[in-house]
Amino acid sequence: MTVEEADVRKETNRALKRFGRKKDNLIPILQGVQGKLGYLPEEAMSEIAGYLGISEIEVYSVVTFYNQFRLNPPGRHSIRVCLGTACHMKGGYITMDAWKRRLGIDVRETTPDREFDLDSVACVGCCVMAPVTVVDGKPEGNVEPTRVDGILLNFELEREKEAKESK
Amino acid sequence: MKEAKSNAVNSTFQEIKDHALAGWQELWDGKKPVIMVGAATCGRAAGALEVEEALREEVKKRGLDCPVIEVGCMGHCYAEPLVIISKPGYPSICYGLVNPVIAEKLVRDFIIGDDPCLEFVLGATEKNDLIPSLLDFPRAEYETKVILENCGRIDPEQIDHYIANGGYTALAKALQVEPAVVIEEVKKSGLRGRGGAGFPTGSKWETCRNASGRPKYVICNGDEGDPGAFMDRDILESDPHSVLEGMIIAGYATGARYGYIYVRAEYPLAVHRVQVALNQAKKQHLIGRDILGSGYSFDIRLFQGSGAFVCGEESALIASLEGEPGMPRHRPPFPATSGLHGKPTVINNVKTLAAVRHILNKGWEWFSGIGTEKSKGTAVFALAGEVVNTGLVEVPMGTTLRQVIFDVGSGVPGGRRFKAVQVGGPSGGCLPESVLDLPIDFDSLKDAGAMMGSGGMVVLSEDGCMVEIARYLQEFTQRESCGKCTFCRLGTKQMLEILDRITRGEGEPEDLEMLSSLAEDVKAGSLCNLGKTAPNPVLTTLRYFRDEYEAHIKEKRCPALMCRELIAFYILPDR
Repeated sequence: MTVEEADVRKETNRALKRFGRKKDNLIPILQGVQGKLGYLPEEAMSEIAGYLGISEIEVYSVVTFYNQFRLNPPGRHSIRVCLGTACHMKGGYITMDAWKRRLGIDVRETTPDREFDLDSVACVGCCVMAPVTVVDGKPEGNVEPTRVDGILLNFELEREKEAKESK
Repeated sequence: MKEAKSNAVNSTFQEIKDHALAGWQELWDGKKPVIMVGAATCGRAAGALEVEEALREEVKKRGLDCPVIEVGCMGHCYAEPLVIISKPGYPSICYGLVNPVIAEKLVRDFIIGDDPCLEFVLGATEKNDLIPSLLDFPRAEYETKVILENCGRIDPEQIDHYIANGGYTALAKALQVEPAVVIEEVKKSGLRGRGGAGFPTGSKWETCRNASGRPKYVICNGDEGDPGAFMDRDILESDPHSVLEGMIIAGYATGARYGYIYVRAEYPLAVHRVQVALNQAKKQHLIGRDILGSGYSFDIRLFQGSGAFVCGEESALIASLEGEPGMPRHRPPFPATSGLHGKPTVINNVKTLAAVRHILNKGWEWFSGIGTEKSKGTAVFALAGEVVNTGLVEVPMGTTLRQVIFDVGSGVPGGRRFKAVQVGGPSGGCLPESVLDLPIDFDSLKDAGAMMGSGGMVVLSEDGCMVEIARYLQEFTQRESCGKCTFCRLGTKQMLEILDRITRGEGEPEDLEMLSSLAEDVKAGSLCNLGKTAPNPVLTTLRYFRDEYEAHIKEKRCPALMCRELIAFYILPDR
């Protein structure tokens, strides 16, 4: 067992303590563990299966059924492009292309430096602000390709500021 | 004995209510100004939190006695962020499109000075002689706010605001009569399920009450998965207690012991506000053991949906509550007799439950006086897309599509032409101008090939390509199909491939025939409503916009200039 694997198991077990050992709790448990780790690595799923007394494949089938759960680690910043009907008609797919191009990754991927992860979301219910991109949990309205550059520039400035301060 | 119980409920509730009223009157003492900021998700996306911070800072800097409170969504989403200022001597004034700079100016010029800054005014919230009121807007003639009554008027994180405005009165009333009386009242009101199917709510409750099996459950379905719909989000964010009150009443009427409120995890603010509301209601003994001393016990737990469209279907939702992949089950048996863990379970939509308290407070006669013969009450719509006044709209059932889009929504912006309205999300259809005079109720839209659905309405202008929207919605249902039924799993995939080809300019003349026949098969061969309604967008666009399909196939041209592969760019040498 590597150090990282052991850490994952330890963290998972800590999160599990809040829940009863009932299968009803599977989804809340997965949400809780993902909230802690940012994703659901294999070791976490196997710990959860053991805790609830169900097979690992049962956990895996639930994880892969729902859009909320991710199998790879997230980036420091999360980018969620809304592709609901209103956003789509107002060019959300063009915004998505812009994100892909700028970050150099595809949907459901993380940049190699683990700065950003990119995903789509079915609808965040801010249709009146279409096209919407949810940046680090905050919905941003009217995100067109130029705004994509603006948001990225903002992050870059922040990073530079941090670098300066740490010196 | 019965009288003693009734007295206990009455006196316990009166105490809670007096306390709430005292707090409310202290806030509105008529001496100090009060600022309200619309801070639902739509407002936040437009920058409401920055505005709120600017207001607070300015108020603090100037040392003013002026509370700044967060309220929900007023429905005028096109003008977010909204700020309402109530200053003694003036009507309450609503300002639109506020930014932090305007916010500071409002504090300086209006709160300190006496200039109501007319240039930023959207309208007053009440009729007066000074400023045009929101009630004078043409849309006010069509709107009837019942479910949305409190939205944007109270702080959703303060239970006392809700109680001071008549909240939990219906619960206190219900607890003093027999459950059968409550069911009878709801039955007579004609309330039908607002999730889209329109099943009579009272009958559902009665079936559950008469079913054997313990414990019984009440589930509130807030898994609003339709892209383009945000009514339930707004209600949960702006007035969560109205939904909780409906749930407790439903629980009492059916004899349920436990309730689940199922909210999408994609709505973090709604999740947060519901959790706050639950904690507050528990503290006041409105949820939990022996509610208000009535002897009735009911607990509600919050469950976060994990992002699967199919979980809006009741049996799939139950499967996900049990920790399974959200796959629908065969019905019957219906959940009312065999639902969660095989026990009798009532599942109601957010809006259905939010309507219950109004029926008990004002009587079934009042409720059934609104709407049409078979569809009673009001309908809440989320108006989005190419329309001037985007936002939330509540109108009586029977209002026509044209009134909602053109009179309430003020039509398509930028002088463009209206082309279609997409109602009911991926289960609904795209309706053209020619059917806009149809009254909206549960049944009438079915003949036109669509359905009312839960209430999402996306307006498309001449710039929208109907083949592309059909393709988009098909892509959505194809991705969200749970995979249980062959026709839904594979049929939607085939349809999507054909539509993909057409939008790329590779369509064949026989494709249209193939699409219609596949659509009929998917409808017939699917277990749940996801599959049964998945072909609706394709069928309605084929029915009303066949010429656009033909232009794509025969002329390899996209009339709306949306399909990228079909747009050719030329350089004009003389320019």
